[in-house]
Amino acid sequence: MTRILRHLVLFIGALLFLFPFYYMFVTSVQREPDTSLAGVFPTGGFTFHNYVQINERINLLQSLANSGIFTGGVLLGTVVFGVLAGYALARLRFRGRGTLFSVMLLVQIVPFQLLIIPIYVMIVRTYGLSDSYLGMILPFAINSTAVFLFRQFFLQLPEDLFSAARLDGAGELRILWSVALPLVRPAMLTAILFTFIGPWNEFLWPFLVTKDADMQPLAVSLANYISNIAGRAANPYGAILAGAVVLAAPAVALFVVFQKHFTTSDIGSGVKG
Amino acid sequence: MTTHSATSGTGAPPGTRPRSSKLAALLGRQPLGIVLAAPYAIFLAAVFAYPLGLAVWISFHDYFFSAPGAQVDRPFVGLDNYKEVLGDPAVRRSFLNVLEFLVINVPLTVALSLVLAAALNGAIRGRSFLRIAYFVPYVTASVALVSVWLFLFSQGGMVNQLLGDLAPKPSWLVNKGLAMPVIAMFVTWKQLGFSVLIYLAALQNVPKELYESASVDGAGQAKSFWHVTVPGVRPATTLVLILAIITGANLFTEPYLLTNGGGPNGASASPVLVMYQKGIEQGSPDTAAAIGVLLVIGVLLIALVNKFLLERE
Repeated sequence: MTRILRHLVLFIGALLFLFPFYYMFVTSVQREPDTSLAGVFPTGGFTFHNYVQINERINLLQSLANSGIFTGGVLLGTVVFGVLAGYALARLRFRGRGTLFSVMLLVQIVPFQLLIIPIYVMIVRTYGLSDSYLGMILPFAINSTAVFLFRQFFLQLPEDLFSAARLDGAGELRILWSVALPLVRPAMLTAILFTFIGPWNEFLWPFLVTKDADMQPLAVSLANYISNIAGRAANPYGAILAGAVVLAAPAVALFVVFQKHFTTSDIGSGVKG
Repeated sequence: MTTHSATSGTGAPPGTRPRSSKLAALLGRQPLGIVLAAPYAIFLAAVFAYPLGLAVWISFHDYFFSAPGAQVDRPFVGLDNYKEVLGDPAVRRSFLNVLEFLVINVPLTVALSLVLAAALNGAIRGRSFLRIAYFVPYVTASVALVSVWLFLFSQGGMVNQLLGDLAPKPSWLVNKGLAMPVIAMFVTWKQLGFSVLIYLAALQNVPKELYESASVDGAGQAKSFWHVTVPGVRPATTLVLILAIITGANLFTEPYLLTNGGGPNGASASPVLVMYQKGIEQGSPDTAAAIGVLLVIGVLLIALVNKFLLERE
């Protein structure tokens, strides 16, 4: 009895959670976006017109490319330098390790948004990096949460493995590359997926740093369309929701394909410290 | 360089021991760690420590934007920026708005995610589907999801169509009393999956014996949830709380887009939104920096109080 009730509540809740996604997609392929209850069910007026329309307002391909470069840059920096730092923090005794670890924890408490004024002063006003990929990527170049996760992964490996490799005469870089990395590869995917959604979905920073429409990631150009142009369009929602589908699709698709990697144990190891 | 450091990590030959132990005292036993961690350390110094210091410096000076490299005078003004900020009704309003956000968001998040996690824990049909459903808003861009909510909650939107005569006037997003609650609901929905994950992980650490002894003592499901589960996941609750406060402090996209730049009379403006308006739009980064410093202090204080309460247990 309670089992059935539990399932029922969970599934109804799940449908409620998914409804906005369904509604977003259905409306984006309708000829006339319908706000009444009837709009929930496709009426047969299937069309890609809204996608064509949003593509005329914001260059979808260019925006997607900008999002991709921004995200790719952050991923590259985080994986290369984050793995090195995570390994050092987990496995090597060096001066300053404790300090670096404390600062890494502190970074996760002090929200990035609160630093936007000084970072804006530095990157846009002092170094003149507005409307550049470098300016976009720099503040996110190494994701601290990912470094923390990398450290947790390396920490979980047995010490014997490392002493054995050192006895065999392997250098630390070789141990990292041939012993440690292959063992944490599945967990690594989790950290990479979580890192991906950060810059892909980020709005405030690229919004501040890009004024040139050709440099804006999709989240920024879509937001600008919503707040500037949409008010004057006759029926803006079809185009807006088409843009929203394009922005949402890559992250949702990655998540659905790799959903087993968004596992509780990996996150748990990350949050327990 | 790397090979030398690596070998010193495995133990130096006997003859060189005194020298390498001196070096070890200075750099640690495996100095290669310094090299590996250096890029990250430099990154933290450049985009965390330095900006934090710069924010404090700006907040104590009469600071304005100038062309790169231009020599301008920026006099020290003491607490003037802080006085201006604290005396500004729009700023005070934005801090109160975050409190309102937290009052709605925190209890909803804790209650819903704990109940969902408890229900999802253990054998259940359609696990993958449920996991996707509850977590997919978390991985999706706020800008994309805000679009649907705008469509749902607009004047003639589906929510009002459903409510008919019960629809609020003025409508949700332009209503002084409702703009902030709608934002709090949106964020609760979007972030809920993450706290469900945290609770699911925490539930693995609650000893099964406690449930057994509770049922031996005649406790029903509700009782054992209240007396075993809730105290058992308390560290996770602390974490969910801190994450909610950080989310509240970071709030920008939702009030900016969902309520068109902070709602009627700033009813849903967040401190970061006011920072943006004052600092970037109106060109007074000094007062904006003061808001940022006050927020950092607020978040750190709350985190410290949390830590203190947790460690006292």
